[in-house]
Amino acid sequence: MNKLARELLFPLIAVVAAFIVGGILILLVGDNPIVAYRLLLGSALSWPDGIGYTLFHATPLIFTGLAVLVGFRCGLFNIGAEGQLYIAAFATAWVGITFANSSSWLLIPMCFAAAILTGAFWGAIPGVLKAKFGSHEVINTIMLNFIAVALVSYFTQYHYKVPGDPILQTAPIGPSAYIPHLGRFIPGLPERIPLNLAFILALLCCLLVYLFLWRTKWGYEIRATGSNPFAAEYGGISIRKQIILAMSVSGALAGMVAINEVLGNRHRYYDGFSDNYGFTGIAVALLGRNHPVGVILAALLFAALQHGGIYVDGFSEHVTKDIVQVLQGVIILFVAAEGFFKWALGRRLPWNV
Amino acid sequence: MRDIFTLSLIASTIRLATPLVLAALGGLFSERSGVINIALEGKMLAGAFTAAALTHAAETSLGMGAASPWIGLLGGMLAGLFIAATYALSCIKFKADQVVSGAAINILMLGMPGLLSGAFFLSSGSTPQIPKDHLLPQSPVVIAITILALVAGIWYVVYKTPFGLRLRSVGENPEAADAAGVSVARIRYSGVLLAGILAGMGGAYLSIGQSSLFTRNMTAGRGFIALAALIFGKWRPVQTLLACLLFGFTEAVSIQMQGVFKLPSGDDIPVQFIQMVPYVLTIVVLAGFIGSSRPPRALGIPYQKEK
Repeated sequence: MNKLARELLFPLIAVVAAFIVGGILILLVGDNPIVAYRLLLGSALSWPDGIGYTLFHATPLIFTGLAVLVGFRCGLFNIGAEGQLYIAAFATAWVGITFANSSSWLLIPMCFAAAILTGAFWGAIPGVLKAKFGSHEVINTIMLNFIAVALVSYFTQYHYKVPGDPILQTAPIGPSAYIPHLGRFIPGLPERIPLNLAFILALLCCLLVYLFLWRTKWGYEIRATGSNPFAAEYGGISIRKQIILAMSVSGALAGMVAINEVLGNRHRYYDGFSDNYGFTGIAVALLGRNHPVGVILAALLFAALQHGGIYVDGFSEHVTKDIVQVLQGVIILFVAAEGFFKWALGRRLPWNV
Repeated sequence: MRDIFTLSLIASTIRLATPLVLAALGGLFSERSGVINIALEGKMLAGAFTAAALTHAAETSLGMGAASPWIGLLGGMLAGLFIAATYALSCIKFKADQVVSGAAINILMLGMPGLLSGAFFLSSGSTPQIPKDHLLPQSPVVIAITILALVAGIWYVVYKTPFGLRLRSVGENPEAADAAGVSVARIRYSGVLLAGILAGMGGAYLSIGQSSLFTRNMTAGRGFIALAALIFGKWRPVQTLLACLLFGFTEAVSIQMQGVFKLPSGDDIPVQFIQMVPYVLTIVVLAGFIGSSRPPRALGIPYQKEK
């Protein structure tokens, strides 16, 4: 049994098992699982809408999946991608509004920098707290999520809303900060589909994260800290530095969701825009076995489900799009409890896992 | 300042703190045994949904009248127990990462109530309204007495009974407890299951006590505030109760006092800053700026019995 097949086996079993559990639930609520699953997954494969929207939804999930991955590789659990991307999205919108009259050549890089640096900053806070005071990053990132959402909602409501607008959102950013939809370059893909340049950036980030973690000294030190902090420290690596570095990189990746959302899609900050991207990122990283290629595949699966959820809501009698979250939860549960499959299948597997 | 401590504010502090106290005390059992409980949110959601759905069913289909909220409460506790059993199996028996399984439970429970209510009540995520006289008791005095009795009971169990001693020792030093003949797994199962029952109860009070129906994601982070209170209360029952009351108070203030207090500039105090208080305090306390809050030593580490 070669390594690749083994890496693919458990995620695949977890997904199939989750779909079986989901299917039983669909039966229980009174619908036909095959019809529901066809709606859920089939709609994602149609050209151009299904594929376009699936890739669009996959973009933030690739970013947050990478963010969680970088944390995991350092032995850290970043549950804070949600907060990091909210703060970053607001900062990006702020730059896009404040410097609206600049030219694209200046404004777009500035907005990129805002997204990346603010995300990195918000990620660095729990990193510093862990490195300096030893406080658990899981608790701190959870707390910082709520603080980020409240902070951003305050600034939007009190300072950056267009007066009289009933929706909690900022004014639009300057048109020179817009990044183009991919429909402009791809024949047959209509421009109304919000799939934009950020998707290409997300793929590029997968490559960069791979090169960073597996081909640079910094990345090596992060992974060494993650796999055995004591040995790493003995080998002369400063664990504290790695924790702060990994959390900052993680936050920066989460922050890039802002590029997709603010520069590529809504062109403003919009309260509650994130469809749990930060939390789904956990599922994406885990199902993707903490590898950039796995992250792309897992993000595509969850994005397809997310897109299909709308059709399930519209066309099936009882099942709602909530089935998507149920499937996500069950998939993570199964991926996490790998021991379950080893226990359930252990004696029947043809090799020693 | 005199206006802050009106009777109605105290009453609403107690009512708002109740679900937090129940969930946080549940978390205490689980975390003192060494199992992290970020899944309190999911367990509360399970409890809240089941309680509201069952109360409605008991009231309309079974004609149970005033007994129906108690059926609902029982159902909420069982739902919490069921979720906790899943969680316990995954992190104790199958040694899954506790934070990952907890996150999975939270995501699962975000979707599950919507899926079920879509099927049972043909609604998108909420249960039908329950009439006012078929809800759990609202009187702050009754609630306060119940909560005080519960905290006293839990304090006694944790500090004065053999079970409490084993619970604490398993959370601090499972190897030593194991060597002394304590079954680490059994104690941790009890801790996690108790957490499920109490968090389910907390959720139930949210839907059929404070409110009169279940709405989508109605806990809105209360499971995490309960976790924050547990940390702020240094994993001890009485301090945790006080932390919950403080956080309940901030919530009451942010609801009732909106527009009452003004900044010197004449503007409202933004509600967002009041909402942030529990989270900021938790970070500060965890970092050791105000006293230190030290978690149980074996928290989050699956126990592998030596062979």
